[in-house]
Amino acid sequence: MSPSMIPPDEDGVGRADRPLTVVVDGVEVPGVHGQTLASVLLCDDRSHWRIAPTGGARGVFCGIGICFDCVATVNGIPDIRLCRRPARDGDTVTLQSRAPQEDRTAGLSLVQAPGTSEAEA
Amino acid sequence: MTLDTAGTSSARGTDVLIIGGGVIGCAIADRLALTGASVRLCEAGDAASGTTAHGEGNVLVSDKGPGPELALAQFSRRLWPEVLARLAERLPEEVAVVEWEPKGGIVVATTEAGAQALADFARGQRAAGVRCESLDADRLATAEPALTREVAASVYYPDDAQVQPIGAAGALLAAAAGAGAVVETRCAVIEPLVSAGRLIGVRTTRGPRYADIVINAAGPWSGPVSDLLGAPIAVKPRRGDVLITAPLPPTVFHKVYDADYVGAVGSSDAALQSSAVVESTRGGPLLLGSSRRQCGFDDRIRPDSLAAIARKALRLYPVLADVAVMRAYGGFRPYVDDHLPVIGPDPRLPGLWHATGHEGAGIGLSVGTAQLVASALAGETDEVDITAFAVDRPAVIGARSNQPTTAKASR
Amino acid sequence: MSGSGPEAAAERNHAGPPLMPHRHRMNRHVVVIGGGPAGTAAAEAALRHGATVTLIDSNEALGGQYNRRIPAAYGVRRPLDIGHGYRAAARRARGLVEHPRCEYLPWAAVYQIERHLDGGCPAVRLLVGVEGDQRTHRVVQGDALIVATGAYDRVCPFPGWDLPGVYTAGAAQTLAKTQRVLIGRSVLLSGTGPFLLPVAQSLAAGGARVIAVLEANPRGEILRHWAARPWQLRHSAGKAKELFEYAGCLARYRIPLRTSAAVVAVAGEGRVQEATVARLDENWTPIPGSHTTVVVDAVAVSHGFTPQHELAVAAGAALTAQGFVRVDENQRTTAESVWAAGEITGIGGAQVAAVEGAVAGIAAAGGDPAADRALRARHRTAEQFVARLAAAHPIHPGVLTWSQADTVVCRCEGTTRGDLTAAWARTAGESYRSTKLATRAGLGPCQGRICAANIDALRAQAAAHPGPASTDDRRGASDYTPMGLAAASAAWRPLAAPIRLRELADLDSEGQS
Repeated sequence: MSPSMIPPDEDGVGRADRPLTVVVDGVEVPGVHGQTLASVLLCDDRSHWRIAPTGGARGVFCGIGICFDCVATVNGIPDIRLCRRPARDGDTVTLQSRAPQEDRTAGLSLVQAPGTSEAEA
Repeated sequence: MTLDTAGTSSARGTDVLIIGGGVIGCAIADRLALTGASVRLCEAGDAASGTTAHGEGNVLVSDKGPGPELALAQFSRRLWPEVLARLAERLPEEVAVVEWEPKGGIVVATTEAGAQALADFARGQRAAGVRCESLDADRLATAEPALTREVAASVYYPDDAQVQPIGAAGALLAAAAGAGAVVETRCAVIEPLVSAGRLIGVRTTRGPRYADIVINAAGPWSGPVSDLLGAPIAVKPRRGDVLITAPLPPTVFHKVYDADYVGAVGSSDAALQSSAVVESTRGGPLLLGSSRRQCGFDDRIRPDSLAAIARKALRLYPVLADVAVMRAYGGFRPYVDDHLPVIGPDPRLPGLWHATGHEGAGIGLSVGTAQLVASALAGETDEVDITAFAVDRPAVIGARSNQPTTAKASR
Repeated sequence: MSGSGPEAAAERNHAGPPLMPHRHRMNRHVVVIGGGPAGTAAAEAALRHGATVTLIDSNEALGGQYNRRIPAAYGVRRPLDIGHGYRAAARRARGLVEHPRCEYLPWAAVYQIERHLDGGCPAVRLLVGVEGDQRTHRVVQGDALIVATGAYDRVCPFPGWDLPGVYTAGAAQTLAKTQRVLIGRSVLLSGTGPFLLPVAQSLAAGGARVIAVLEANPRGEILRHWAARPWQLRHSAGKAKELFEYAGCLARYRIPLRTSAAVVAVAGEGRVQEATVARLDENWTPIPGSHTTVVVDAVAVSHGFTPQHELAVAAGAALTAQGFVRVDENQRTTAESVWAAGEITGIGGAQVAAVEGAVAGIAAAGGDPAADRALRARHRTAEQFVARLAAAHPIHPGVLTWSQADTVVCRCEGTTRGDLTAAWARTAGESYRSTKLATRAGLGPCQGRICAANIDALRAQAAAHPGPASTDDRRGASDYTPMGLAAASAAWRPLAAPIRLRELADLDSEGQS
């Protein structure tokens, strides 16, 4: 079973959850005020949300901002550690990936660009 | 290792002893071992741990105006792929780590004054045989989609290249060792060994080491080493810092620099100077430079240097504003007041040579320097006139020169 | 002692009489980095000795890891019912936040320590705010600096440890206590050290089934180290009581505690689904034939702790051979005007950290910690506790047999053990820097914080069994750090926290903003 919140009525600290909604890659995901974005994603049955350079999946590992496994883009800012980021209603999360790139020269390199006869002179 | 090869050869002596295991020392060791000379390299710390480890790995022709240094840069740039091909025959894994990328460089002027200065500069370079071409706005945008559109002029230099500097020095050193060179790290020079007015070796922390020729290739520490040897040369440290960003998807495709260095007059200014250098690396992070400051060997990374580098990078790539910088490092370039390396025999002390003072261009100029040294030791001339880098010049061994310093800055 | 004015009023607010006559008080500005048990104790002690304090902490609220708080936005009714020592910690925190001579900076990320050429106390450069928001630059210059930045879990690699569903014990604890999130309903805890116990309690209290707590070290050895010379631990009665509570918790929830056992591998489709548990010999080598497979939702691991000492190193402090910040009997480091306290000086837990913090706070404020004999006695006991903990719960070299060639060692860059050993064979065991270069290990966003200690341990083993002879100088075995601890070079991080380019650009030419 994936991570989940302790049900409020079973929680000894006396909870009074106030819901919020964030958007993850275009999909609305529910959360609770006070949660970090990492918690929100974990509780949304996502144990991972990033691919490491050699293909491994990454979610939360250290939980306190040391390991940088949990980074994602939040409201357009990249490389935000979700475990240190309080969720706010309306936050937009875009997932990042360092999966092995199909094409590392996506921009036209002048070395390969057509019509560069001057350069090759 | 049980064989005390160090002890045996120290009694016999080697043809050459190189002081300094940075890229210059490693390149010379490789080139001389190739000729069959017996070579010993003594490095005070770890191999390629000084300046070489703290640069960006620039192999440039774009930042040099016509003159001896440009000639050496062009010569060296031609040698680089040949040397790597030679090394790759026996050391393919080491050469892979060199990460040779002939990606080309683009200089960008963001002001009209900068554009004019750049055009004049490029004209002179072209006359000296440097391949460069102006880029119009469309071609520039295609080449570098993320670059600012507020560009007054840009010039593309297809021959600028990049290496991983520690990898490069490591490959050269491995090749040298494979050809019989003896490499001693944690081996510092204490004093010269002189006989009948000739330098016959050095006493090190590991004992005496004898050689027919001693080459001072200690980079920014060449000055103190030369003092120790009794033949002081005025090579001084010039601090530079580099920022490394978090890994990015492909964003920057060439080495990109602003044209500030062209218009800069006070490049001998001791205060903080900076001009933008932006480039990508294979692992994904961007390297951002550059800064120059004369502050002795003060190795603190100063916030104003980081701020200047960041500001200049953002002027070229505003899209990088929210990118996270995850690391910074810095090093010391070996600087000479007249902005030329010091390569050749020391007239004051037979047996002593210097190969240093390459400022920010050591990686690029290394294999060319090594070739010149090899030729000169064999009594031959080469394509580039080594006398232009003679030890015997006012900026190196004289009193402070009255000649005007060349207004120029290399990256 | 009576008196008027804010200072005297503040004195009366604190438990205990003022410790120094007014004429001896020096108005030093003490800067404290870290708001956990050590940092808050240091700040409190410095204030009592007349100092002005700037207390810098990276979280929303004081408490560090041990007393990490549920975020206020949760709005829970009993926020202090989440662990040991929360009421005292909350009182201390409130006292600091309200103290007129204490400037408290929450959400503060220190990115650089700036040493001055003429010496003196280094300056602290930081950014205040949640990362990604508009943050505010601050430069804090004091007369004295106390670094109390704590530690984080050390996890030695094993097959599958990089699968989703494997967490550090600290992550499991933080999620359970402060986020009210259980990492799974069926959880296995594995590692070494008493800190596994509070994690078990938090998980169980939250309704998770803790399948077992697996302690890798042998029961006999653990007891031997803890039980010897009990008078040396006489001031740790509180700690003993706490341990009894955990033992009671294990009993109440029927959580088996097994020694000489560990999770040595995990597997699953895209996430952890089962764990392999093995019995270990004294060297932590799995005993053949003792492996069993356990179905799990999640695994939480802690093989000890790595001190987060980079700011102390940046300030010029030297480290011990074990990788902790070296301090004298007054918690003073080798760097001028710099003190250190808490886990970065040695792992000891919250009570030890508080004692060390108090000593550091007094000393940094210009007082004499030895003048408080009760504190001095507690300090000596604290040192004993640290030594016992290290002796009772070491990492043994057999852990290196758990990982395979294809086991990831650097999580950021995906470098495997096989990548590393191949690179070392080629370079004949050169320095850490060469390893980084050939494999990118340690060059990722975490900058080696997670992997450096593990790489050092693997490298030490590789050096003991060298590859082909090299003409390069071979380092002596003594140059390699002992098992399990990060080398000083790996801690050299001039930028200690990520900073955005536009934040750097906003520093003006003087380096201010």
